[in-house]
Amino acid sequence: MTAEQPGGARPEPKRVLGPDDVRRAITRMAHEIIERNHGLDGVALVGVQQGGVWLADALGAEIARIDESGLGVPIGSVDASLYRDDIGMRPVSPGSVSDLRFDVDGATVVLVDDVLYTGRTVRAALDAVADYGRPRAVQLAVLVDRGHRELPIRPDYIGKNLPTSTAEDVSATADGVTIT
Amino acid sequence: MSAAGHASVPSPAGRSLLSIDELGSAGVLRILDLADHMAEVNRRPVPKVPALRGKTVCSVFFEDSTRTRLSFETAAKRLSADTMTFSVSQSSLNKGESLRDTIETIAAMGVDAFVIRHRSSGAPWMVRNWTQASVINAGDGWHAHPTQGLLDVFTVRSSLGRTGGLDGLRVAIVGDVKHSRVARSTSAAFRALGADVTLVAPRTLLPPVVDEPVTERLDDVIGDVDVLYLLRMQNERMNEALVPSLREYTARFGLTPERAARLAPHTLVMHPGPMNRGVEIAVDPAELPGAVVTRQVTNGIAVRMAVLFDLLGSGDPAASPAAGSVPSPVTSAEGAPR
Repeated sequence: MTAEQPGGARPEPKRVLGPDDVRRAITRMAHEIIERNHGLDGVALVGVQQGGVWLADALGAEIARIDESGLGVPIGSVDASLYRDDIGMRPVSPGSVSDLRFDVDGATVVLVDDVLYTGRTVRAALDAVADYGRPRAVQLAVLVDRGHRELPIRPDYIGKNLPTSTAEDVSATADGVTIT
Repeated sequence: MSAAGHASVPSPAGRSLLSIDELGSAGVLRILDLADHMAEVNRRPVPKVPALRGKTVCSVFFEDSTRTRLSFETAAKRLSADTMTFSVSQSSLNKGESLRDTIETIAAMGVDAFVIRHRSSGAPWMVRNWTQASVINAGDGWHAHPTQGLLDVFTVRSSLGRTGGLDGLRVAIVGDVKHSRVARSTSAAFRALGADVTLVAPRTLLPPVVDEPVTERLDDVIGDVDVLYLLRMQNERMNEALVPSLREYTARFGLTPERAARLAPHTLVMHPGPMNRGVEIAVDPAELPGAVVTRQVTNGIAVRMAVLFDLLGSGDPAASPAAGSVPSPVTSAEGAPR
């Protein structure tokens, strides 16, 4: 997570998942996405800037590998920073520019993020996606659900449930998941 | 009544954009990167985001302007800010109210940003001392017009498909540099990104001291530039006998069909508008493959959205992370790939 927290000595980072664990979790989530949607008709993956983009790419690659049609799914990304509810309360560093090149109207959009925490980023991302069209449904896939939700938001696909304290930071990449 | 008090706690003075020099190279790049996001918003079917809901932007124009004022107001509206317009002709200035009283009165209505244009150089710096709101210089005298400079470099950067700076880019700014705040801000913005700027003008239309190399011969440089930036030639200058005649000006400094033929195929032709057709530009820009004049206008909205968001939406980087109840790590990992 953000490395901006002030403070002195931090405890040693604790590795929770290794690269192989992350890969297996992605494989399972890819299967779940296909199973839940009875195939891939109309399904599109949208990574939430910035941390969800690599995961959307990885899920998309995995889906293309295991799906018998071999067509894969459209993959996009959305930057939610202009939709956040804490604008003006802290410095904002937008990710890359949103990139949604498929028709959102009628699509089943799977929002993808690395870590689900308060749910506020997902809320902002939902608003951002809605400005591109009206999806048939929106689902949520996260590699890590660390709890502490502040909004009624619930993931549909979870790589790992990870109870944490609010004082901890969670980092989730293809190389693994660590708690600091 | 120095503090516009709709907040219970005195807020720090607003951040302001008064000149490219104050913004600095890092600031220019920050605005351009934000403007990439805003340009994407503007390409959508519904070009509007809720980012600045509840903020109020007031344009205060003491000089005629259509495009800059409309561009700022469009930018504010696309960010969901509320807008107010103060136009001098309908104002109490005609009853003798001072600039300071005008600003303080409007500020007391709860304004988050002033967009100000004034015929006197330096006026926005005075305004900044009188209000807690952010101040954006939309043109002061002959001095500065920073959002024009920003939209010009944004247009070049996006036309070339570059990210980052403009190192090594060769730019010629042609015309009445002396009386042009556009020339000063645009040159500063190009140089802040590492471009090489040459001024092309008769001696009478140059300020006494300039930082850039100067030539009086457009024909010497026209074949070698990546950007040809034409300034508006104002008719008043004839009356001041700074150039012998408009025809003479066009013959020496105008973009004529003969000169257009000498431009490299990739050269961008720019103009801040409004154009004097037949004077500084004696060809139809629609027939110049490198002309990006309308793109400049379009990009002006995205760049002004970026400026407004940078000033009003980003919070104060110097301030501590706001509101203790908000956990700071609410965004995804900075260190994560992409």
